[in-house]
Amino acid sequence: MVALNIVTYIFIGIGLFFNLVGSVGLHRLPDMYTRLHAATKCTTFGSIFIILAVIIQCAGIWAVEGDSTQSVMIIHVVLALVALVVTNATGAHGMARAAHRSGEKPARAVVDDLEKKQND
Amino acid sequence: MNWMPAIIVMMVCIGISVVRVFMGPGAPTRLVAFDTLNTLVVASLVIVAMMTGNRPFYIDVAIVYALLSYVMTLYVAKYIQGDKF
Repeated sequence: MVALNIVTYIFIGIGLFFNLVGSVGLHRLPDMYTRLHAATKCTTFGSIFIILAVIIQCAGIWAVEGDSTQSVMIIHVVLALVALVVTNATGAHGMARAAHRSGEKPARAVVDDLEKKQND
Repeated sequence: MNWMPAIIVMMVCIGISVVRVFMGPGAPTRLVAFDTLNTLVVASLVIVAMMTGNRPFYIDVAIVYALLSYVMTLYVAKYIQGDKF
């Protein structure tokens, strides 16, 4: 159980680090697109690791104490992970597309290569 | 297993994102910050479920929150884009 707790702590540490990096990236970067780049990917990765830590902890309790109600927790957490991963990727795509079509320019941009493809 | 430091760090992350929601120049930046906030809240709800003694109904709340916040993001994105709907 001690080794299991150590693995869980390591996974939580990775997850919290990436969530913190994503939040700080919102303030460190200059425009909307780079902020989207930092925030979406880092928070998705960090949340994956936090949920993996929860899965490991629940599976460990299930294996050590024989408490089979932990399987409910694991299934629900996996469903939450699927919802999070699918919606984050498509949502980020939608946000970037909407911002580009509304005329938001990247910081210090000179040429916009996508401008002629606006109405495809 | 002590989950309290994890939830404190997540609260700090959420606070940083909220600052950007109120500061951010323009609607797209605020939308990005709000989407980050939603992801962090879902992760926090998973941690809260573990912290209060493995209760699965917090995870149900997290699933519904993730799906509804996705719908909100797409609606606001379509509004920023200037589409009619």
